[in-house]
Amino acid sequence: MNLSRTARAVLWGALAAGLAVIYVPLAVVVLNSFNADRTFGWPPPGFTLDWWAAAWRSTGMREALWTSVQAASGATLIALLLGTMAAFAVQRYSFFGRDTVSLLIVLPIALPGIVTGIALSNTFHTVLGIPLGLFTVIVGHATFCVVTVYNNVLARLRRLGVSIEEASADLGADTFTTFRLVTFPMMRSALLAGGLLAFALSFDEIIVTTFTAGAGVRTLPIWIFENLFRPNQAPVVNVVAAALIVLSVIPIWLAQRITGEASRY
Amino acid sequence: MRRRLATFLHRHARVRLSLLLSAPLAWLGLAYLGALAALLVTAFWSTDTFTGNLIRTFTWANFEDLVTGEVYRTIALRSLGVAAAVTLIDLVVAFPMAFAMAKLASPRAQRWLVIAVLTPLWASYLVKAYAWRVLLSADGLLGWGYGLGATILTLSYLWLPYMILPIYAGLERLPNSLLDAAGDLGARGWRTFRTVVWPLAFPAVVAGSIFTFSLSLGDYITVKIVGGRSQLIGNVVYDNIGAANNLPFAAAVATVPVLIMLVYLAAVRRTGALENL
Repeated sequence: MNLSRTARAVLWGALAAGLAVIYVPLAVVVLNSFNADRTFGWPPPGFTLDWWAAAWRSTGMREALWTSVQAASGATLIALLLGTMAAFAVQRYSFFGRDTVSLLIVLPIALPGIVTGIALSNTFHTVLGIPLGLFTVIVGHATFCVVTVYNNVLARLRRLGVSIEEASADLGADTFTTFRLVTFPMMRSALLAGGLLAFALSFDEIIVTTFTAGAGVRTLPIWIFENLFRPNQAPVVNVVAAALIVLSVIPIWLAQRITGEASRY
Repeated sequence: MRRRLATFLHRHARVRLSLLLSAPLAWLGLAYLGALAALLVTAFWSTDTFTGNLIRTFTWANFEDLVTGEVYRTIALRSLGVAAAVTLIDLVVAFPMAFAMAKLASPRAQRWLVIAVLTPLWASYLVKAYAWRVLLSADGLLGWGYGLGATILTLSYLWLPYMILPIYAGLERLPNSLLDAAGDLGARGWRTFRTVVWPLAFPAVVAGSIFTFSLSLGDYITVKIVGGRSQLIGNVVYDNIGAANNLPFAAAVATVPVLIMLVYLAAVRRTGALENL
């Protein structure tokens, strides 16, 4: 391409600067988790591991972490089931309103989280009379997690085609056997990738959670948010944030290994 | 028994389809859409000022308050302004980055650059907003303090990858030969950009803007973390549910971002942006 040297240099510079802006704030959080100064004065007067030890001892944090794991696991299971069913229906059959199904599945993440949040909490609270708790959090999360599984399975089914399944049927396998021995093994990595994304999405969610969690239910994001404005909790919150940044590399790495391509949904 | 069920299912495609659709449609079509509809209905109810109970009779009062209230108009306009500013900043920052990724980097470097842009999406939303709280605090690295400017800055940071990725995908699809042809015909860099790159990348830009616009419009957490005392639409909804205990009014306010998004989606539909999501 015939770009001038200056233009090239400017574009590369913009890319480098942009990536720096993306990563510097995250690096500061990780660095601050070792900052000896309680209020994160800059530059740090010294480094310490005390905050990591304090964070590990914090029972509130550990309970919140456990709640988050439960909520994300429940939501992921439901999303796997519903997302796979919907993807099969849309990809393998043609029927009236097929496009609407896709739209319906995307809707919960396309609308602002606060709308989904109050719509669900209103329904639980005033229409159905279900007390808010872990169960309602899982239902809320599952609603917007379906799309991640749906998109992954749909893409896989589109690539697979039906000929292998037809071969299986021709060889005498019934519907269930074909699914167990042929279809499912071929979809496994798509399910894993979709499930991973669903788990991450649920684990990080705060807005829908705020409205669907009862008074006693505290997920990790809620715990972080509650402690964000308490000065003496700041170092512990910062450690949790740093740990989450470091841990976020794992799903990326896994997703890369599974799909060989990076995709958000 | 199993065998007969399998045969039955194999022969009746419609039954298979209904079974597959049953649970997803019950969940999203019935429960979720039902919840949204119930919320819309609630927007036309009111609350008893003394007891705080819902009064289930139809009234336009919430929407009248919303339209006539000076405060709400200011906040709605401010939210729109914030969403527009965030979208514009992200566009200006993301476009050169995406262009360098798609057209200058080698295929191997491209793969790593995409991962580099994607990775922060996995880091917790809250953690990233918090990172800016630390950076912007009076004795932090930047020390610029909190307010509406800090909110715009933080939101731009949060949604930047959502703008980079669609533009990158759009530019990657743009054949290099077109750029070469423009050059052969005598167009310099700027002119090639204006007459070839920009028109062809526009749907991708709009696709990115849908994310940045919608995500900024519904946000109330970032404002609380770095916004100082500023308020956006999301805060009004939140406060009316919590402190004010006025669900009908909150529901009415919540229709504002939904309406804005619907108008926005309808306006950009003809650019082909929705196929770029």
